[in-house]
Amino acid sequence: MMLSKGLKRKREEEEEETLGVDAWWLDPGHPAVTQAPPTVASSSLFDLSVLKLHHSLRQSEPDLRHLVLVVNTLRRIQASMAPTVTLPPAPSPPVVPSVTDNLLASSDAMLSASMASLLEDLSHIEGLSQAPQPLADEGPPGRPVGGAPPSLGALDLLGPATGCLLDDGLEGLFEDIDTSMYDSELWVPASEGLKPGPEDGPDKEGAPDLDEAELDYLMDVLVGTQALERPPGPGR
Amino acid sequence: MAGAGGGGCPAGGNDFQWCFSQVKGAVDEDVAEADIISTVEFNYSGDLLATGDKGGRVVIFQREQENKSRPHSRGEYNVYSTFQSHEPEFDYLKSLEIEEKINKIRWLPQQNAAHFLLSTNDKTIKLWKISERDKRAEGYNLKDEDGRLRDPFRITALRVPILKPMDLMVEASPRRIFANAHTYHINSISVNSDHETYLSADDLRINLWHLEITDRSFNIVDIKPANMEELTEVITAAEFHPHQCNVFVYSSSKGTIRLCDMRSSALCDRHSKFFEEPEDPSSRSFFSEIISSISDVKFSHSGRYMMTRDYLSVKVWDLNMENRPVETHQVHEYLRSKLCSLYENDCIFDKFECCWNGSDSAIMTGSYNNFFRMFDRNARRDVTLEASRENSKPRASLKPRKVCTGGKRKKDEISVDSLDFNKKILHTAWHPMENIIAVAATNNLYIFQDKIN
Repeated sequence: MMLSKGLKRKREEEEEETLGVDAWWLDPGHPAVTQAPPTVASSSLFDLSVLKLHHSLRQSEPDLRHLVLVVNTLRRIQASMAPTVTLPPAPSPPVVPSVTDNLLASSDAMLSASMASLLEDLSHIEGLSQAPQPLADEGPPGRPVGGAPPSLGALDLLGPATGCLLDDGLEGLFEDIDTSMYDSELWVPASEGLKPGPEDGPDKEGAPDLDEAELDYLMDVLVGTQALERPPGPGR
Repeated sequence: MAGAGGGGCPAGGNDFQWCFSQVKGAVDEDVAEADIISTVEFNYSGDLLATGDKGGRVVIFQREQENKSRPHSRGEYNVYSTFQSHEPEFDYLKSLEIEEKINKIRWLPQQNAAHFLLSTNDKTIKLWKISERDKRAEGYNLKDEDGRLRDPFRITALRVPILKPMDLMVEASPRRIFANAHTYHINSISVNSDHETYLSADDLRINLWHLEITDRSFNIVDIKPANMEELTEVITAAEFHPHQCNVFVYSSSKGTIRLCDMRSSALCDRHSKFFEEPEDPSSRSFFSEIISSISDVKFSHSGRYMMTRDYLSVKVWDLNMENRPVETHQVHEYLRSKLCSLYENDCIFDKFECCWNGSDSAIMTGSYNNFFRMFDRNARRDVTLEASRENSKPRASLKPRKVCTGGKRKKDEISVDSLDFNKKILHTAWHPMENIIAVAATNNLYIFQDKIN
């Protein structure tokens, strides 16, 4: 239930095998259990935790409790592994763009920024290179996916300084807006103050520029149509 | 009537002999997600039993009056009212779906003929009024029976409407909607003993509301760190003290409970008492924190104790002793050796609830395989029972179940590896005064009664 389709095939078999072997330290029958607790986690437990973390972050609204518990467990495992793990050069993580995509769409910008920095730490540890590639393809439904520059620097956009997003220029943002409603004839007899057109933003200027004549005209139209529509009936 | 083969417990004292009473819900093997019960709650008198499900519906059962012709059968619970409490919503600002699943229902104490309850999903709390109508007015002066206005010239005499009986109609109407106060998912609501205010808790904050005021709430606990990178702990449950209206507790994912006094400051970020049991070094594992995460906290009816549920145990705390619980009851210790698998399939994150009986002498909580556990605090006895259709003969006694942990499996025992982890009992409720319990098993609601009067 926690593994997505793209992941199951590759990881599950490995996990089942290694867990069967590596979980000896949880077996009450094993003499070692009654002694000092294990100090080194199997790498499969680490990988499993990383997968869970990814999966949790992929949710449109992560279950915070689940996330925090997995992160804390991962830290514990990481701490126990630190002395023995060799650090291969960090692969320019293919996982990062996909994680970034999802983080960008995440509801809590601060949380996602922090989780990303944690992941950045983790990405230097072996095992992460096998993390989910398909993530880049499967955007969670109904949410904007992609459009993110493939680097953690993109996360700056999410920071408290929202000004960055607008640096591209206001026009860039408004290009897509359908302005056909402003071209309709109803507004043509308007006074000069009213100039519909794509250059106007989502039209905040429209209403306040209507002058009295405008309003009278509109009221006449409305009252006229109402008079036509209302059937005669017992007076109220 | 011949009793079914008894449970083997000698009668007398605090020994319960639980018998099947009723089961509600579909029998289908295919369970619709929306029908999964997500909360169960008796009202203050125990006459009403409410359930909420993942589809956002609330079903209220009412206990029938005792029937003189069948004096031995206790009142049964039958459907009283069904209504759609929450609908799925879409948060356009964040492009997020808001689940309609009912996380909690809490009844208000009854003050007049109508019943009131609070129900909540992840984001919005609603106050519902459930009222009965069994009379209607007839003989209006100005209206015909079908509602049409009478011709004024025809009205020659004054007549006063009279009330006539009609078929009972139970109406549920939303009286208040408390929205937009929680950024994170609401996990608890609790009505204050002042009957005027209540609290709602999400992962990082707790808010205080007045039942009459919907556009404003007070934040009384906020554990959100300034820098989210420092987030290591979330709020998992919260409850008001049953008698002291200024006291409440909240539990955390790290296995701690904080008791707060609202008189000390407006923002209760600093606790008055801090309850935590030191970790047992011999049982330490990588999963120690996860299994210590508290999934439920409940005050005893007396207000002197509180009970917490973590993954493997139930603990009873004396409010006057912060450094350790006064009782620890193992729910399913045999799972300790399976934590790795349970972590893999996410079962280790399941949130079990717990409850007290009316006299605080016994506590109950759920487990897997549709098992639930009951602990008699006085007799220091515990029993494992099962909610299943196989044991559903009317008034049949429930046979105690046993899980075999190793070695040779005795007859009637079930081995740990045969447990069905998809059949989990997360929600249970105990009648406030009598020995009647309601147990939610996925989409079915079981009601059991104690044979002994």
